[in-house]
Amino acid sequence: MTQLLETAVFPGPDREKRSGPGGVFYRPVSTLTKGSGLALGIAVTWFSILVLIPLSAVVATALAGGWAAFWDTLTNAQTLAAIALTLGEAALVTVVNVVIGTVIAWVLVRDKFPGKRLMEIVIDVPFALPTIVAGLVLLGLYGPRSPISWDVANTRTAVFLAFAFVTLPFVVRAVQPVLEELEPEVEQAARSLGASGRQALTRVVLPALAPAIAAGAALSFARAVSEYGSLVLISGNLALRTEVTSVRILTYVEGGQSAQAAVVATVILVVALLVIVALDVLQRRVARRG
Amino acid sequence: MNAKARAGWLAGVVAVATMGLAGCSSAVGETSGAPDAEATSLSLVGFAVPKAANNAIQTLWAQTPEGAGVTWVESYGASGDQSRAVEAGLEADYVHFSLEGDVTRLVDAGLVDPTWKDNEQGGIVSSSVVVFVVREGNPKGIDSWDDLIADGVEIVTPNPGSSGSARWNILAGWGSVIADGGSEDDAIEYTTELFNNIVALPGSGRDATSAFLAGTGDVLLSYENEAILASQEGEPIDYVVPDSTLRIDNPGAVLKDADPKAKAWLDFLYTPEAQAEFAKLGFRPVIDGVTVGEVEGANDPANAFPTPGTLLNINDDFGGWSEANPKFFDEDNGIVTKIQVETGKSS
Repeated sequence: MTQLLETAVFPGPDREKRSGPGGVFYRPVSTLTKGSGLALGIAVTWFSILVLIPLSAVVATALAGGWAAFWDTLTNAQTLAAIALTLGEAALVTVVNVVIGTVIAWVLVRDKFPGKRLMEIVIDVPFALPTIVAGLVLLGLYGPRSPISWDVANTRTAVFLAFAFVTLPFVVRAVQPVLEELEPEVEQAARSLGASGRQALTRVVLPALAPAIAAGAALSFARAVSEYGSLVLISGNLALRTEVTSVRILTYVEGGQSAQAAVVATVILVVALLVIVALDVLQRRVARRG
Repeated sequence: MNAKARAGWLAGVVAVATMGLAGCSSAVGETSGAPDAEATSLSLVGFAVPKAANNAIQTLWAQTPEGAGVTWVESYGASGDQSRAVEAGLEADYVHFSLEGDVTRLVDAGLVDPTWKDNEQGGIVSSSVVVFVVREGNPKGIDSWDDLIADGVEIVTPNPGSSGSARWNILAGWGSVIADGGSEDDAIEYTTELFNNIVALPGSGRDATSAFLAGTGDVLLSYENEAILASQEGEPIDYVVPDSTLRIDNPGAVLKDADPKAKAWLDFLYTPEAQAEFAKLGFRPVIDGVTVGEVEGANDPANAFPTPGTLLNINDDFGGWSEANPKFFDEDNGIVTKIQVETGKSS
């Protein structure tokens, strides 16, 4: 996890030094100076106010009713279907993002083509657009009045589409700076030393990109499972078919059942955490092949 | 950690805490800075649709002795969210919600007196009825509840789970069967067929209208006032008031520790002038003797609010929300919840 964050922020050659065995970070003695102590204090307090305390409150609310109540909520057919749909679609979208996002980053970094600058800018639009506006646009383009006659409104494809729209930039933006640091000469060197194109890719390029791809994938998955605004208009929120967990949570909140809402939120949080850890393990493995 | 570092660590905590406090104190300063001598400031917290009517009534009220010089702090949003915000401490003198349950929440929290409903209108300040919004010219010829369950009719209605107010729509359909002499089993059968024709259940009434206007479905279950408002805004829709429908009641209440002026405001809402302002926006008056002028956007602007053959209401026909909510919408055993799951499985 720590490495995931570090490499996302400081990609490139720095990493070697940081993860060296017996490195300074693993010594039990604190190396904090007065200045870095101040920074750590600010970081921990800020992090607690915004993340640790609210998340603990959610988990505490979920567990307050005991395991029986927890289990009851999870075995509700509608809730279970919503959790399965949300996690399934989020996983699918993440896989697609890993492939397409890396390709887009590759194209943006390595290729020169007209409209490249525009693409650079437009790629971030899903970050900035209020999600309800995104929902309206998607419904207008891929709904019953689709100008290209492609109507996916109120189907699971619509859920996928909305997830894909809001998570598109994550992998691209994570991979792009790392790829910029990775000189094409490295690949050429690998090729001239006898590596095939495929070997150069899997042994040189991918290991270097793996941490960034994993970081982007983790963000992408986490963002997808929590999405609400962009899909409420186009997914139809049909029970057992297109209803996602955020709609279930809203239903519980609206019905005054905050404990049940917290249970669903906790399940999603735990799964998101597991996915992030799994991605970190995976990227370490791939990176080691380099 | 050495002493120096510990001091730094603590300083960091203090720095952030100070930032937080600074943020709070400036917010407090803003509210207490309001002049409190002559001018009274009232806080209105409500659901979004009647904002324009509320503002027009505020202007009228300002011309009366009680209302002169009152300034308003207003907050509008989704009814349930607004109610939860007041419960959590949002300052309010007067609240206007789309559902009684949102006021009941404040009664339970000790913020609104339990006797708030004890007036002639039962605490209701604005009302409407459930209608069918259809495409311009009503191409599918939808006039009655029976037409809704015909093959190939696609229905959009807000989600009765997440949108409390969507519950009016489903109960109106249910009630039409009972009013026709049908049994509960008949009503269950009807509601099941209704859900089989539902193609989208957007999160709120507004979302449902947006989805319908973007082309989803043949008919939108909605409120008369929403339909009139959409027509006023020039949307290409028609609407049908079915022969049997349910009256929608929007409650208004004054909080226990509200400024005394708030009570005068509530009384003013029950005057014909105030109700006429609601009528202009498509809400049906809750008192007699209101001169309803031309209502732009209504099917017949001169007779904007035709009386339906059967007009059900939540108290007499469903035993009030305290009975209807658990019976129909309980998360596990509610009749409608079960139908929703059943129809989800079958398709």
